[in-house]
Amino acid sequence: MTATTQPAAPDTTNDREPLLVVDDWKTYFKTAGGLLRAVDGVSLRVDAGSTIGLVGESGSGKTILSRSILGLVRSRRKVEPGGTITYDGVVINKLSPKERRRYWGKDMAMVFQNPMTSLNPVLTIGRQLTEVLTLHLGMSKALARARAVELLESVGIPEPKKRADEFPHQLSGGMRQRVTIAIALSCNPRLLLADEPTTALDVTVQAQILDLLDEQQSARDMTMILVTHDLGVVAGRTDTVAVMYAGKIVEIAPTKTLFTETRHPYAEALMRSIPTMDAPNHTRLFTIPGRPAQLTGEPKGCRFAPRCSYAQEKCLTEQPPLVAPERPDHSFACWFPVGTKPGQEALERNLSAGQTAAGTSMSLMTVLGA
Amino acid sequence: MAGSGTAHLRADDDVILRVEHLQVEYPAKAGLKVQAVAGISFDIRKGETLGFVGESGCGKSTTGRAVLQLPSPTAGSVLVQGKDLTKLSSRDMRRERTRLQMIFQDPMSSLNPRRRIRDSIREPLTIWGRDRGDGRQKVDQVLEQVGLDAAVVGDRFPSELSGGQCQRIAIARALIMEPALLICDEPVSALDVSVQAQILNLLEDLKEQYGLSMMFIAHDLAVVKNISDRVAVMYLGKLCEIADAETIAKRPAHPYTRELINAVPVPDPSIRRRSEQKAPAEVPSPLNPPSGCRFRTRCPRAEAVCAAEEPQFHKITDGHYVACHFPLQETPMVRTSAEPVGV
Amino acid sequence: MAQSRLAGEKPQGPASVADPSSAGAGPNGGAVPAKRKSRSKLKNLGVLFWLAAGWLAVVGLSAILAPFLPLVDPAAQNYDAVAVPPGTPGHLLGTDSLGRDLLSRAIFGARISMIVTLSAVAIGILVGGLLGMLAGYYRGWLEKVIMAATDALMAFPALVLLLALMATLGSSVRNLVIGLGILGIPAFVRLTRASTLVYAQREFVTAAKSIGALNRRVLVREIVPNLIPAVGAYAFIVIALLIVAEGSLSFLGVGVPPPASSWGLMISEGRDSLRTTPWITFIPGIFMFLTVLSFNLAGDRLREENDNKGGNA
Repeated sequence: MTATTQPAAPDTTNDREPLLVVDDWKTYFKTAGGLLRAVDGVSLRVDAGSTIGLVGESGSGKTILSRSILGLVRSRRKVEPGGTITYDGVVINKLSPKERRRYWGKDMAMVFQNPMTSLNPVLTIGRQLTEVLTLHLGMSKALARARAVELLESVGIPEPKKRADEFPHQLSGGMRQRVTIAIALSCNPRLLLADEPTTALDVTVQAQILDLLDEQQSARDMTMILVTHDLGVVAGRTDTVAVMYAGKIVEIAPTKTLFTETRHPYAEALMRSIPTMDAPNHTRLFTIPGRPAQLTGEPKGCRFAPRCSYAQEKCLTEQPPLVAPERPDHSFACWFPVGTKPGQEALERNLSAGQTAAGTSMSLMTVLGA
Repeated sequence: MAGSGTAHLRADDDVILRVEHLQVEYPAKAGLKVQAVAGISFDIRKGETLGFVGESGCGKSTTGRAVLQLPSPTAGSVLVQGKDLTKLSSRDMRRERTRLQMIFQDPMSSLNPRRRIRDSIREPLTIWGRDRGDGRQKVDQVLEQVGLDAAVVGDRFPSELSGGQCQRIAIARALIMEPALLICDEPVSALDVSVQAQILNLLEDLKEQYGLSMMFIAHDLAVVKNISDRVAVMYLGKLCEIADAETIAKRPAHPYTRELINAVPVPDPSIRRRSEQKAPAEVPSPLNPPSGCRFRTRCPRAEAVCAAEEPQFHKITDGHYVACHFPLQETPMVRTSAEPVGV
Repeated sequence: MAQSRLAGEKPQGPASVADPSSAGAGPNGGAVPAKRKSRSKLKNLGVLFWLAAGWLAVVGLSAILAPFLPLVDPAAQNYDAVAVPPGTPGHLLGTDSLGRDLLSRAIFGARISMIVTLSAVAIGILVGGLLGMLAGYYRGWLEKVIMAATDALMAFPALVLLLALMATLGSSVRNLVIGLGILGIPAFVRLTRASTLVYAQREFVTAAKSIGALNRRVLVREIVPNLIPAVGAYAFIVIALLIVAEGSLSFLGVGVPPPASSWGLMISEGRDSLRTTPWITFIPGIFMFLTVLSFNLAGDRLREENDNKGGNA
């Protein structure tokens, strides 16, 4: 990634144009239990050449959001009640599926979590690559073949000529993910969406795949959206991080700011619940009580309130807006942010009451710094 | 790596599990045999947690199941409090096995989808005729121990509960047998980060309260390091290194251990580490493992002797054993930042 | 990325949101109330399923209650009303060439058809299910023997097998049940073996073994309950097949011996006068058609429901 050495350019500086702007985007699904708000009003600005990390647990809406950007969510039950997705100045969410498909490959491409299911098991790797090249770029067969071998080499596959004639099952998981990356990169996309690209892989392989994505991004001046549940994965490899909970962005900031000046209680809890190599063993982990929020029904107040150790009366009735009170590039949606005076007071109030305003016992919370 | 030998075994009385030269083979195509576990030895003391880490296919899960004799190992001995499980008749085995309980990776799959939670947990009492009218009470009690309300979850089916809840129930089912050893096979890798923390804390609490001994198998070194007293590193069916958790993290002696540590993603934007190795990490086929040290094909320090001779376990310091011809020197690892940012 | 690949990914979108929707409220465990869930499940089965189930209920009930219904004796020959068309007063669906009431014969025929096919399916489930389960659970030589026998049985032409059986054993309802039962066995062997293979790998089976459950208990308590939905749904389809098979045998004259009536026998009795009095063939034909169709519809729908729930991997 280019910008990891210097601090990420804040949103306000206009030296780079945003390549992608998501504005108040909503993706809902009709279910037997009511309308499921998978993505519930997300606004996002991705500058050309930057990397943004979308972090959240299952049900946070990060995957649906990334698929909505590509126009991959196809379901009879889908409802898209509002918002716009603007790519390179064009509002793409209103385009027909056929017109949207034209953006795939050359403009946007995706790397999926499971390389085994995203590759066709009965075609050779070379064939799958050349198919894309002849189809999208109109290359001749011979040219496409040479380019395919080049691509395989560029993603670090040893003996690319030999490998091109092999089938996906003959490769290891890491090699397969390299192939899917090669396919995604084959038409030189300007925006790459990587949806949990390393979750199915071993740690050693994970590091290599992330390095590869890094290299390719700087070499091609690509914009990248990295979707993951692992804060460790985004920490060293993104310019901006957006933390999602229950279909909304709860905090978004330049990566360093997010880690050092965490304001949203969920983002804080998520960070502290990860075991680290540096902490002594048997360190008690920070936990979030309860279970992920229910996404059906009109949200009343903050969706995180029932699990939050800072929750006050206000959190149960009023939805906190995503605002940037401290610095223009750091927004969070919380009435009683971590590390601020109102936040500290809220926490102390809850501690002395023994429970939060949502009725969750404080004994269930591992409260640090209290 | 690829180490063999038993130098690291302890002679204490309070060793609850002692495994020697454990070997597990599976039939593969064309009459060949895959050695999933190729002669490893380890022991666990009462109240101790021994963590197993390694990449997929290294044989760590197979080791856990072989200890339970499901299926039985091809060779080697498994001594639980001095009794060799591999030599027992199937009838005696059935009784002994209840002293070892296992928790699995997929919490949904480890519970029968067509049975109510209460019935699943009560099953062991029924089987052993220990249910003398107080079974229901015992079930409620054990559910409470794992932090669940029996009145809420008792009559439900697994599909009505979350992954974290199912994992708690699997733990409850294991606990009701009052096992001498709990084998946890990737118990948190299918769970969300916040739920993972809940389960890890729960296991620590239970260990403290009941003096549980645990074998904790996972691919995530940070998780293993946090919960374990000692950590064993496995590669391609062999043990590489065994030491207490702090030593493994701060002074790894085996090149593979260091590679694993370097790969762990750190939730700290000021730390940028790149893997030292440029060539993609490929694990050789277990059908045809490298001669000598099995790690030599990936090892930056490999020399001729590594191909010729299999390294044996030898002592580095007290309690720290490594199977490597050229162990890393004893300089503490230099980190760019000592303090994790989150704390 | 290639289009084909993108298109291939689309089912994952909605699937990944299914999880939060099933998650309930409450910090400790609120899940969807069981009652509401089962009611919505019934609705989900669709109109067609309920039409089919309704027809099966009508046929089944009238077959069971036939002796108590105000019906003419199915064997009584009324020479004043020979081969009258449907709609004749006193003979709602008309009579056959011997003056026997077709409605009455069709309902009593349903009785025989149902007894024969249900008993045969019961044999198929018990014998085939047991063998399939043993093959899938124990594997090894037992599996090889069972599967070889099953394949051999399947390779043999079904009708030839039945004709040979009936010819040697003689045609009676009992022998018909045995013959059709054998015919149903291979299908259930295959189904239960495949499902057992999947469930035997699941961790709850390992967990049961580790708490000391004997194989017998694992099979009965852990595996069987998981096989029931799949086997039940499949039974519907096999019943439909066997109704047709029974009809074919009776049509060929080796099925249910007269004077008892079965649908196949009735069809065969009317075929000589198909041109002049087609209803004699069509009335039992329609009964058989609707019943077979209903069993197939219901079975397919149940199987779908079962697959969706992920009950059977």
